[in-house]
Order: sequence, then structure tokens, then C-alpha cells
Amino acid sequence: MTLDDILASLFPGGHEIRHDDGIIAGSATLRSGGKVLVIGIANRTALGVDEAIRLSGHLLDSIDKGSGPILVLVDSDSQRMSKRDELLGLNEFLAHLAKVLIHADMRGRPTIGLLYGHSAAGALLATGLATRVLVGLPGAEPAVMDLPSMAKVTKLSMAALEEKAKSTPVFAPGLSNLEQMGAVHMTWSDAVSLAEQLEALLGDMPAVQDRRGALGKERGGRLKAADIAERVRDLALQIR
Amino acid sequence: MEDLSFQHRVRGRAGGTRQNAIVGVVASGNLEVLVERVLPDAECVVDIRTAAMGFGEIWSAVIGDFVERYSPGGLKFSINDGGARPDTVSLRLAQAVRSIAENGQ
Amino acid sequence: MIAPIKDIVQAERARNTSFNEASARTRLALLLDGGSLVEFIGPEAREVSPHLKTFDLPEQYDDGIIVGHGRLEGAPVFVAAQEGRFMGGAFGEVHGAKLTGLLHAARRIGSIPVLILFDTGGVRLQEANAGELAIAEIMRAMIEARAAGVKVIGLIGGRSGCYGGGGLIAGCCSALAVSEPGRIAVSGPEVIETNRGVEEFDSRDRALVWRTMGGKHRRLLGAADVFADDTVQDFREAALELLELLGPVGTFGLDRLKAEHERLAERLRRFGRCEDAVDIWTAEGVAHAATVPELPADQFIALANRIGRTSRDAR
Repeated sequence: MTLDDILASLFPGGHEIRHDDGIIAGSATLRSGGKVLVIGIANRTALGVDEAIRLSGHLLDSIDKGSGPILVLVDSDSQRMSKRDELLGLNEFLAHLAKVLIHADMRGRPTIGLLYGHSAAGALLATGLATRVLVGLPGAEPAVMDLPSMAKVTKLSMAALEEKAKSTPVFAPGLSNLEQMGAVHMTWSDAVSLAEQLEALLGDMPAVQDRRGALGKERGGRLKAADIAERVRDLALQIR
Repeated sequence: MEDLSFQHRVRGRAGGTRQNAIVGVVASGNLEVLVERVLPDAECVVDIRTAAMGFGEIWSAVIGDFVERYSPGGLKFSINDGGARPDTVSLRLAQAVRSIAENGQ
Repeated sequence: MIAPIKDIVQAERARNTSFNEASARTRLALLLDGGSLVEFIGPEAREVSPHLKTFDLPEQYDDGIIVGHGRLEGAPVFVAAQEGRFMGGAFGEVHGAKLTGLLHAARRIGSIPVLILFDTGGVRLQEANAGELAIAEIMRAMIEARAAGVKVIGLIGGRSGCYGGGGLIAGCCSALAVSEPGRIAVSGPEVIETNRGVEEFDSRDRALVWRTMGGKHRRLLGAADVFADDTVQDFREAALELLELLGPVGTFGLDRLKAEHERLAERLRRFGRCEDAVDIWTAEGVAHAATVPELPADQFIALANRIGRTSRDAR
């Protein structure tokens, strides 16, 4: 689905969402009448300092003016890999965007990520992975690390990596792998109205807590993470 | 990866009261040694997982020398090896014995 | 009162030990009060990565991170220290989950600060999806802990620097101390060169790497609050200084985020067209900016305290 198709299906009653230079910002009205704040990154745009500050600026301008959920649409490249971005402190700009999203979610503005295209590495951390619920659309193709780069570092052939990827979701790109890990909560259908699926999700939002460890365990993608975190927490709580 | 295991009868119990200690880091040409006081006084076990295949005889000689020299009775050594040279292995084993010989938990 | 002799010996050792070259265990042993570290899920538990054997790679019993509790001048702290020599200090499933669990406990308790000794290249490739997600969970847990009043201090001076998702986690901390060899960035030099060409960034030009990502630039830019010389004792003192400086700073919240936004937006307005770190330092009013990389630590700290920015109430 193109971004326009997605927006039309999400908000059949119309919306005030602009996108230019790969940056999505605006708001829309749900069929229930409530407002939803929308940001995102489109056209496989790299997330650099300029893009990150625009997105966090849009959030901070609106965050204390309304209630209602925040939708984060994601079709990005990786973080922008350039001398200028690193010189200016890209890590702070990406962390800032993630912090604003996490803070909003904790303060009554539930956040939903909608991964509809590509995303990778730092760009995914600062957007979709900083939301409470990350939803995938069919055709989305997240890649924390692409296989050619992995082949280079691990000195394994592409064929060998592809063979290994059949037995574990832990390293290879793809939406279903991220779903098994617990990173993507669910995949929506593109044959049904997205507005209906969004409203169903909003009507049944999980509580404000990170469930990704538990989901990864349930789905068999990350068998150790949740238990290790819980054991460390319990040991640390005994220290007093 | 290759797994190796060596068991030795030793003259006597290693000194100190600590129950375990760890030395070294797993990296290229380096290794970690976890030592635990879990065996009867006259026994010593060394378990090795190594990235360098086919060096069993060298390991056997290095560990034989080590056991003879330090008499590490009651100690189990578990090694994760990133392909260390024999002199590095001997050094880490000696550090491990010294660490567990300290008094404490 | 005269300090006990063992404390003096410990401080002397810490003063003579390079933070950059020390192992994670040595850093913690000398940074904390002597003998105070209690480790959670230590190496004897053998909780190794379940994924490295898929790639026939050696495991490390602590999966490259030590988490625990200790004391700093008698006061309780939680600590996490990454071992940059094992798999480049990279985040995997177990490695990351230990830090997540520690932050969850810190949030619950509220009053015990967390020190994180970063030393990481970012996500561990062999378990990239689990590592990326671990970083996302750590960022979430850290913000939740900070919102509950926990101070989280990052200490950056390891061989692997603080790259990739590690840079994002560092950007979520309450404050950072950094030494000259401590580099902070998202994309590493080789990654930029591979993707954009050697004309964009020559990863073999060490001076370029240092002045673009290194500790001095990060301190002058306001990305780090304190510059530390490269000894474990200097990092101990930096941690104590930051804990004290953060004392009067209020809890994390919307005002802080708005201040951070203004801080970063101003940085873009002022320096967005600068080609090189030297141009930024010159614009900041550093005389003979080109000599900054050669300044000894004490002279650099004096310079940074005079003109360097701080970000304590804006991050």
C-alpha cells in the first residue's frame, strides 16, 4: 500500500496530514470523533538530525494540547550515515525523539507505530520501537541488519546465512522475524479497512508497560530475555 | 568449536576460601577461565571450549604442567577460548588459582 | 579522619590504571568502594548467549556485561559494565536483558542511581533482531526509571567507544562523563565510509574520527557534562561529581524534553553548516581551536569549564 492508500484507509473521513521531504506530520479525526496525532517518516527517507528535530518538534508542539493517541508511520532508511549528522550529535537527536514518544505514552498519549515499508537500525529505534504497540503491514520489510553486510562481517556466504535464518528468527531481516521476537505486536490485514483495525486496537490497548519480552517468549523468538531481566530485577530488589 | 576435558588426581587441596573466581576475556588470542571450588580435595577438572580446532595435545601438555606446578585440588576450571597461545593459557590458569586463593566469598 | 590504608592503596591503583585499557571487571573493582560489588547472574551462572553457537563462535560466561550493586563513597549504586573486547561489547539477547532488569529494579526502588560503563559497538550482528530489541527495551526502561526519579549516569571511555544503539541509550541517560578515547556516535567510521565513500569519511584518518566523535568534541558540544582523564580514578571522581551536580536537578519530564529540544535546535541553528569539529569549536569561541586535540586533560577541562556547554537540565 502507498502512503496515500494507507492514510485514506485509516481516515476515510479525511485528515490534516502533510508529508514533504519524507516527513509526515499532522492530525486526523477518528470515526469515534477522537483526535489522533500523526507523525512519521516516508519514502524510505534516512533519519538524520534535521528529520528527527522536525518530528520531535511536531510532537512537543501538540503533546500537551490534546489527549488521544499518537500514530507513528514508518517507511525509512537507516539513520542518516554522514559526517555532518555524527558531528552534530545524531545519537542525541534520535534519543530525543524516542524520549518524547516514550514520555508521551507514559503520560496518557498512547503510542502506536505502523511499520508499512522499510526501516533499520537507529531509525527504527527512534520511531517504531519507541512506541507502546508496533503494528506491521503486509509488505513491510524491516531489516535491523541486511544480509550482505552480515555476510561481510561474519565471513559466511549468503547461502549459509539464508540457511541459518530458516532455523532462527534472531538475526535475519523481515517482519515475521521481528514479530516472533516480540518487537512487532501484530500484523494487520491490508484487505480490511485500516480504520476498523485501528479502532479495534485502540479499544483494546495493552496497559502502559513493555510487553515485548513476554511476547518474545510466548512466540518462541526470545526464550531467555524475559527470564534474565526478571531474575536480575528480583536479585536487585533483594539488595536493600 | 571443539570441546576438551581433562581430569587429574592432585597432591592436595588448593588454598583460600573463595568459592569461585573469573579471569580473562574471550577475544581473539585470549580466553576466560572460570574456577570453582566444587570437587573433592584430590581432584581437578579442566573443561575447555576452544575456537581453535585440533590442539588437544598442546592443551594436554599445558594443563599437565599447570596441575603439577600448582596442585589445584578441589578446583574445576571452565575455559572459553578465543584461540589463545599456550603461554597466555598458562598465565590465565595461574591467575585463576591466585584469585580463588584469596580469602572471601 | 585518616582513610584506611586499603582505601589509599585502592585509590592509588585506580589512579594508575587506564580506564580505556582495563577490563570491565577491573574498571568496576577500582571504580567502586573496595570489595563492594555484588554481581547479579555472574559468570558462575553460565548464562551465555543462546545464539552464538549457531555461528560456531565462542561464548563468554557473563555474555560481555556485568550488572550488580556496589557502593560509591559508601552510598549505594547499581552498576552495569560492558566488556568491549568480547564481541565488541555488542548488545545481544542476554547481555541486554541484564541491563533491562537492573533498570526495572532501579525504577521500583527510585532512590538508587545507576552507573553504566558503556563499551560497545552497538547491536551484535549474530543476534541482530534480539540486540536491537534489547536496546529498545533498555531505552524504555531507562526513561521509566528516570521518570521515577532515578539518576542514570553513563561513563564512556572504553576501547569500543559507544556506537550504534549504545549511542542512543547514552542519549537517554541523565548525564554523561567521557574521556578523550571515549567516542560517541550512531554510525561508526567504517559504516559511514562503506555507505557513503571515503570522500565523505575516511575511517583510517584517526584524527578525523577523534575530533568528530571523540570525548573532547562531545564535551564542548554539551553532549557530555564532564570530561575525565583516562584513569579509573578520574571516572570515579566524575561519577561522584555528576551525582552531586544532578542532586538539585528535578525529575525527568515534559519541561526537560522541551529544554532539550531547544538545546538541540539551537545547536543545529548555530553549527548546522559547520564542515568540521574545528569550525564548531571556533564558533564556540575557542582560540586556536585546531590545537584542542593536543591539549592535556587538565588544560582541556579548564577550557571546557570556561566555554563548554552543559546539558544537565536539558536532557
